[in-house]
Amino acid sequence: MQITGAELFVKALLAEKVDTLFAYPGGQAIDLFNALYGVEGLDVILPRHEQGLVHAADGYARSTGKVGVCLVTSGPGATNLVTGIATANYDSVPLVCFTGQVPTHLIGNDAFQEVDIVGITRSISKYAVTVRRREDLGAVIKKAFYIARSGKPGVVVVDLPKDIQQALGSDGYPQSIEIRSYKPNISVHIGQIKKSLDCLKRAKHPVFLLGGGVNISRANEVMAALAEKTGIPVVTTIMGKGAIPTSHPLYVGNLGIHGSYAANTAISECDVLFSIGVRFNDRITGKVSEFAKSATIIHVDIDPASISRNIEVDIPIVADAKNAITALLEKSPEFDFHEWRIQIDEWKKQKPLGTKQTGESGVTPFAVIQKINEIFSDAVITTDVGQNQLWATQFLELTDQKQMLTSGGLGTMGYGFPAALGAKLGNPDKDVITICGDGGIQMNIQEMATAIVYELPVIICILNNGYLGNVRQWQEMFFDKRYSSTCLRYRRSCAATCNTPSACCPEYTPDFIRLAESYGAKAIRVQKRDEIEAALLSAKNRKKIPTVIEFIIEREENVLPIVPPGNPLSDMIMGGEEDEEKMDQPFC
Amino acid sequence: MKKRWISLFVENDIGVLARISGLFSGKSYNLNSLTVGTTEDTTISRMTISLTSDDKTFEQIKKQLNRSVEVIKVVDFMDTAIHMKELMFVKIHGCSEHDMMKLSYMKEIFQAKMIDYAPSMALLESVQTEAGNNDLLKLLESDFSGRIEVVRGGSVAIEAISFSER
Ligand SMILES: Cc1ncc(C[n+]2csc(CCOP(=O)(O)OP(=O)(O)O)c2C)c(N)n1
Ligand SMILES: [Mg+2]
Repeated sequence: MQITGAELFVKALLAEKVDTLFAYPGGQAIDLFNALYGVEGLDVILPRHEQGLVHAADGYARSTGKVGVCLVTSGPGATNLVTGIATANYDSVPLVCFTGQVPTHLIGNDAFQEVDIVGITRSISKYAVTVRRREDLGAVIKKAFYIARSGKPGVVVVDLPKDIQQALGSDGYPQSIEIRSYKPNISVHIGQIKKSLDCLKRAKHPVFLLGGGVNISRANEVMAALAEKTGIPVVTTIMGKGAIPTSHPLYVGNLGIHGSYAANTAISECDVLFSIGVRFNDRITGKVSEFAKSATIIHVDIDPASISRNIEVDIPIVADAKNAITALLEKSPEFDFHEWRIQIDEWKKQKPLGTKQTGESGVTPFAVIQKINEIFSDAVITTDVGQNQLWATQFLELTDQKQMLTSGGLGTMGYGFPAALGAKLGNPDKDVITICGDGGIQMNIQEMATAIVYELPVIICILNNGYLGNVRQWQEMFFDKRYSSTCLRYRRSCAATCNTPSACCPEYTPDFIRLAESYGAKAIRVQKRDEIEAALLSAKNRKKIPTVIEFIIEREENVLPIVPPGNPLSDMIMGGEEDEEKMDQPFC
Repeated sequence: MKKRWISLFVENDIGVLARISGLFSGKSYNLNSLTVGTTEDTTISRMTISLTSDDKTFEQIKKQLNRSVEVIKVVDFMDTAIHMKELMFVKIHGCSEHDMMKLSYMKEIFQAKMIDYAPSMALLESVQTEAGNNDLLKLLESDFSGRIEVVRGGSVAIEAISFSER
């Protein structure tokens, strides 16, 4: 039978078992929307901005493990996706983004709403392609889904010119596809696995370092089993947090520039670093030449390009994390690293996270997040970017039932709230919470309307410090407290330079409570410690509308510890007298 | 830092050249030349890439190329015997009769061809290794400074059959 390209598009989505489509219409996509009208089994969600749309698809994908699917119009619709595409691709999130495009005969003519979105996204996507012939459409969509979800997952952009959407052609959609230039390697080299285990036999102070790859391959259970069998302590990156439950006796904490004392010390002192699914990004290594200096480094990754890029690796293992971990579990003997574990536990006890936070009101980020830990047991928690994110990554307790979504690679402000909406759509039975800052929430606050109209009772926790806090902290610590463009309470009436928040600071705008209420959401402002629990509980019980909880926190609360730029991981500022010196040191 | 060559088999699709060259510029890799053309299979193009890098970056470049969805195969030409040639045109302006004499010696010795001519102008075609073309060019530049026009094609290369030396 002959059908239009737009009809084949819908058929393809259904064949790929897409149940939720994040879509925003426009002239060059109108045929596609026409074909979507009234289709059963496909929930078409209309967010309020394409950036919110793509982050929502991202949150949906990260929380369900399925491919997130976006559809937008050409030109501005497409360019509004850019930040979200980069965000998702950087964190290896599978998305397929369809963009409308001007008809093929107009491409290159500077036609109305024409942009070269394939060219724009080339370096921030896994694959990007314009469909140029109607007969290729089915195969291109099949290929897009396959590339997005296989190997190291990523974003695929499929640009659909209007004439292709309209043209009649075959109704066939391929069942499978063979791509000669794309053969992701997932099998494990058993020789390397044995070599790595031999290395552990000689180890005294080994550490597992787990990254996002472990979560992406959903290897959490086997990983916990492997840690238990080998008795090796586990450190995670921000993206790897939750790889094993944070309450697990073998779990040490996150490493990196805001890592815990115990984790950073363990990494600095270990003799074998068994890393899985990490990329040794500069946020985790500190000064590279000092990183795990005396350790033999084993590195499992699906992407050969991340092996020995930043850190010289002794035993590389190119494989899917789950396959490698399963093979390790099978072949591994049991070890005894008892003394090493006692040592690490001591470090944990010596300098625990969060205990130095002492806001006058008691509404500290630590107190808030601890309550979230207590109250929610089956949840997805998204974060925005900034101090709010770093506190969340430090203090959140994760389990098999509690997952955290965060923009780790790109660090995109405005990610958390729309991602939470996507997560809720994918996990209607879970509680979904976003922890964000007063700055970042404003970057996609328009999605409050989306939450209302689709009845998504997400819980939006705004940690309001009246600052772009993360940047302010750097200014405080490393730029002589010159608060340049970081105060969100600033008004024309303020002094041109100011570094002392006071009771006389101008009112915060917007009033988040009234703003949320105007959308039809429930809103609560929390200013005392004993109000935290009640606010969270009432939000948990609300089943149809979102709740905004604005936590008024200490304005100059800092994220600690912090490894100053250029320092090795072992040299961190903990918050206390002994730090004074480090803050005044010039850094590179 | 060393000069190196890679041969790439890629899908003959729109945008592939941009993806490959974009990888070099985006990641600050040092690209010297890139040639591309179709092969006996018209759905496949083959690129010959010359670049300068240290060993570690070179490994990374090969991995990054391999990782591109459109790349079918990456062949490292650093430890195989290959045949490699580059086409160069040099147009020389304002030639006296004496200049013409010199040019005919040069072309003999460098196995270049004079493929076009006017009373005061000549066009040389040289198909040489890149180094050979460099040598010829150096001579031409010193003798005809300010009067030459150069177009170089970048090298193309293929694995040797019986030759064991590069
Ligand atoms: C889109 C974007 N713009 C700028 C930044 C740089 N940046 C990182 S954290 C931060 C401050 C965030 O402030 P807020 O949302 O209030 O969070 P806080 O740090 O105060 O918790 C900024 C500006 C960014 N990461 N993303
Ligand atoms: Mg803030």
